[in-house]
Amino acid sequence: MLEQQLINALTLGSVYALFALGFTLVFGVLEVINLSHGAVFMVGAYAAMTAVTRFHAPLGVGILAALLVSGLLGLTIDALILRRLRARKAPHLIPMIATLGVTTMVTSAAQGLFGVEVQRFPEAMLPTGEFVFGEVHLRTLELGIVAVAFLLMALLFGVMRYTRQGRALRAIAESPKAAALLGINVEGLFMLTSFSAAALGGVAGVLIGLDFNAVTPMMGAPILHKGIAVVILGGMGDIRGALFGGLFLGFAEVLSKAYLSSQMGDAVAFGLLFLILLVRPVGLFGRVLERKA
Amino acid sequence: MAAFADFWATYSTLVYSVGIHALLALSLWLTLSCGLLSLANAAFMGIGAYTAALLTLNLHWPFPAALLGGAVAPAVVALIIGAPTLRLSGVYLAMATLAFGEVTRILILNLQITGGPEGLNGIPLLTTGWYIVVILAVAGYGLARIRRSRLGRAFEAIREDEVAARLMGINVESHKLAAFTLGAVLAGVAGALNAHFTFFISPREYGFENAVDILTMTILGGTTSLIGPVLGASILTLLPELMRFLHAYRLAVNGLILVVVVLFLPTGLWDARRFRQLLKNRRARKGGQP
Repeated sequence: MLEQQLINALTLGSVYALFALGFTLVFGVLEVINLSHGAVFMVGAYAAMTAVTRFHAPLGVGILAALLVSGLLGLTIDALILRRLRARKAPHLIPMIATLGVTTMVTSAAQGLFGVEVQRFPEAMLPTGEFVFGEVHLRTLELGIVAVAFLLMALLFGVMRYTRQGRALRAIAESPKAAALLGINVEGLFMLTSFSAAALGGVAGVLIGLDFNAVTPMMGAPILHKGIAVVILGGMGDIRGALFGGLFLGFAEVLSKAYLSSQMGDAVAFGLLFLILLVRPVGLFGRVLERKA
Repeated sequence: MAAFADFWATYSTLVYSVGIHALLALSLWLTLSCGLLSLANAAFMGIGAYTAALLTLNLHWPFPAALLGGAVAPAVVALIIGAPTLRLSGVYLAMATLAFGEVTRILILNLQITGGPEGLNGIPLLTTGWYIVVILAVAGYGLARIRRSRLGRAFEAIREDEVAARLMGINVESHKLAAFTLGAVLAGVAGALNAHFTFFISPREYGFENAVDILTMTILGGTTSLIGPVLGASILTLLPELMRFLHAYRLAVNGLILVVVVLFLPTGLWDARRFRQLLKNRRARKGGQP
């Protein structure tokens, strides 16, 4: 059933893209490989889960809660850690190691708070509608996931392309020093970037949690690895690349799981990543950058 | 003596772990000394562990020969993947080695000979304290010698400035490959030793988390000397035992340590230069008083 697999692939791919978008945004603007993005993603899923199960909020409010909680977490990480490292002009690897520490902390805290068991959204909360085209079943849930993911991505593209802030961000990505000289509030936009990237990651967390209806403290690690694969596929710091890379990985993974072997789906992603890095480190869509190091 | 026997019965595995973790931290120290941030050392540890375990389990090789096998196999893999991978620098290298680690883990998980997700069981318990002590001592001495040798100086030069090193006539590519491969050898031996005292190995032990653990030990201890990684490995192995009362939050302490060290002690816990500076300051203060 190819059509059904394609729908699954689109759902998964759009969430990968949403996750990778935040990851690549932080790299493009802050030049930080933010390894806490997976943990932020997991926190988003738990924020929605808590809102929905404990406070009986509707699903939409849950997604909003994820957006805010994750965004604030991203902002906190920026204010407490990344900003100090920026001020010190620490080499690239240092923020990477620090955010790795954040991941360990947040994951462990989530294990303590929520337990290691899988939590599920109550079935009654989930949209149950289904469109049937011949043999293909299109669930409203999947449709909703794709819609939310693409809506947020379109929003980000719009902001980056047409607003003053978006232009400023692109200027910072070129050169923070020159941007500061032009009177751009670089520090403020760094914080805005950290917030929005984390917010996107948190929403991606809810969407994956809904897609598989499973939320666990450990869900951040596999998506982080895939996010890295996506970003490298599409070119580090390239927003369009993250979109294409995410969709591409979604399709590659679902199709290889369906037609090769269930376990090898993950190996395909990383094998691909490894290959891309060897052959074309700037990514499929990336421009050839000057090597700074 | 009885007290010591009691202590040893309870804590011998812990002491063994400290030794093996120290070896792992030193393996990463070596790759870092050439400026390469590799997240592949956990995978090399796994390759070493599986090779050695299969050699003793299926082919009944004597333990020293199996250890040698556990050192050679990751070295061969490192040589093969190193040549293309090490063209990448900085974060790209970290990502590539991460991808390599994941591919290795998934392969181990899916191969027949490695026992798949169940791993290998019933590995003979051949690792004794002496093996660990001797290998650690030899590794420490060897690394100390390398550090002060032409090779070690070249590593340092490459880490500080690749272009300048190249201009001095250093063959950057082959030196990077040497550091990467020697690191893989140490990690492989550590894996082989570990497999022969834990009785059981599974693919789960060689994933991303373990690569991070190795990195944490090395960074915590500090990379300015050989004492740093050993200190970091000891602390992070013993700390969870002391933190048992924290239960689920135990790992959070590891993360916190990593963040605090990166923020406030950029050179790690053990920094000989800082100690000397402190000593000098104190002496200067004392001398300054009439």
